[in-house]
Amino acid sequence: MSTDTRAHAAAGPTRVYYVIFTILIVCTYLTWQVAYFDLGKLNTVAALAIAGLKATLVVWFFMHARSSSRLTWLIAFGGLLWLAILLALTFGDYLTR
Amino acid sequence: MSSHTHHGALAHQFEDLTQQREVASLGMWLFLVTEILFFGGLFLVYSVYRSWYPAAFTAGSHELLVWAGTTNTVVLITSSLTMALAVHAAETGNRRALILLLLATMALGCVFLGIKSYEYWTEYIEHHIPAHGFEFQKEYFFQAQIFFSLYFVMTGLHALHMIIGLGIMSVMVWMSWRGKITPEYPNPIEVSGLYWHFVDIVWIFLFPLLYLIGRHVH
Repeated sequence: MSTDTRAHAAAGPTRVYYVIFTILIVCTYLTWQVAYFDLGKLNTVAALAIAGLKATLVVWFFMHARSSSRLTWLIAFGGLLWLAILLALTFGDYLTR
Repeated sequence: MSSHTHHGALAHQFEDLTQQREVASLGMWLFLVTEILFFGGLFLVYSVYRSWYPAAFTAGSHELLVWAGTTNTVVLITSSLTMALAVHAAETGNRRALILLLLATMALGCVFLGIKSYEYWTEYIEHHIPAHGFEFQKEYFFQAQIFFSLYFVMTGLHALHMIIGLGIMSVMVWMSWRGKITPEYPNPIEVSGLYWHFVDIVWIFLFPLLYLIGRHVH
C-alpha cells in the first residue's frame, strides 16, 4: 500500500507555500471588502464560498492532502459527509416548518 | 514490501518509515474528523438561530471589532505559513530553521490570543457579555444575547484550541532541540501541523460568520 516516493513527496520546493499564502491573504481581503457591498442573500453565499476555497487550499497544500494516501482522503471526506448529514437533516426539519 | 532496514526511528510494529508516517497522519486526520463534527454542531446552532433572528445577529455583529477579526485572520494564515515551512524544515533536516519556525508559529499564536483578549476586554467594558448586566438596544435585548453567547462559546473554544496548540508546539520545540526530529522521523511536526492548520480553518469560517454579517448596512 505504500510507496517510497510518497514519504518525501511533501518535501518539495517551498515556493508553493508562499504562493498559497499570498492567495489566502488576497481571499481574506476579498471576504472583508465584499461584506460592505449589498448583495442581499448572496453576501452569506460569497462569504462561505471564499471561506470554503481558503479551507480547501489549506487542506490541499498546507496539510499535504495532495500527497496523502487515498485512505486519508476517505477519512477526510467521511468527516465532511457526516457534517453534511448533520446539516441536511436538521435544516430539512427547521426550514420546512 | 521493501526490505527491513532497522532504523532508530522505526517502531517495531511498522513495516517501514513510510507506513509509520502514514499511520501517524491518518490518526490525526481521524481526530480532526471528530473536531469537524464538534465545531460543526456549533455552526449548526449558529445557522438555525441566525435564520430565526437575522436582524439581531446583524446588530450584534456590528458591535464586534472588524479590524481585530481581520488582523487575527491574517495573523493565523501567516502562522499556517510558518507551520508549513516548519514541516518542510523537519523533512529536510534543517534543525535551526525548524526551531525558529516553530517559535515564529508560537509567537503568532500568542499575538492572536493577545488581540482576542483585547476584544473580550472591550466587550466586557461595553456590557456585551450575555449575563447579568448585559446592555443592548431594547428591540434585540434577548435575541442579541443568543448571538453573543454563540460568539463567546465559538471563539472561546477556538481560543482553547489555540492554547492547546501552543502547548503542543512547546513540546515540538523541545523535541527538535533534543534532536529527536530527523528527516526520517518528522512525524510529530507533521501531525502537530495538521492540528494547527485545522484550527486555522475553523477561524477562516468564524471570521466572516461572526464579524461580517450585514456590514453593508452602514
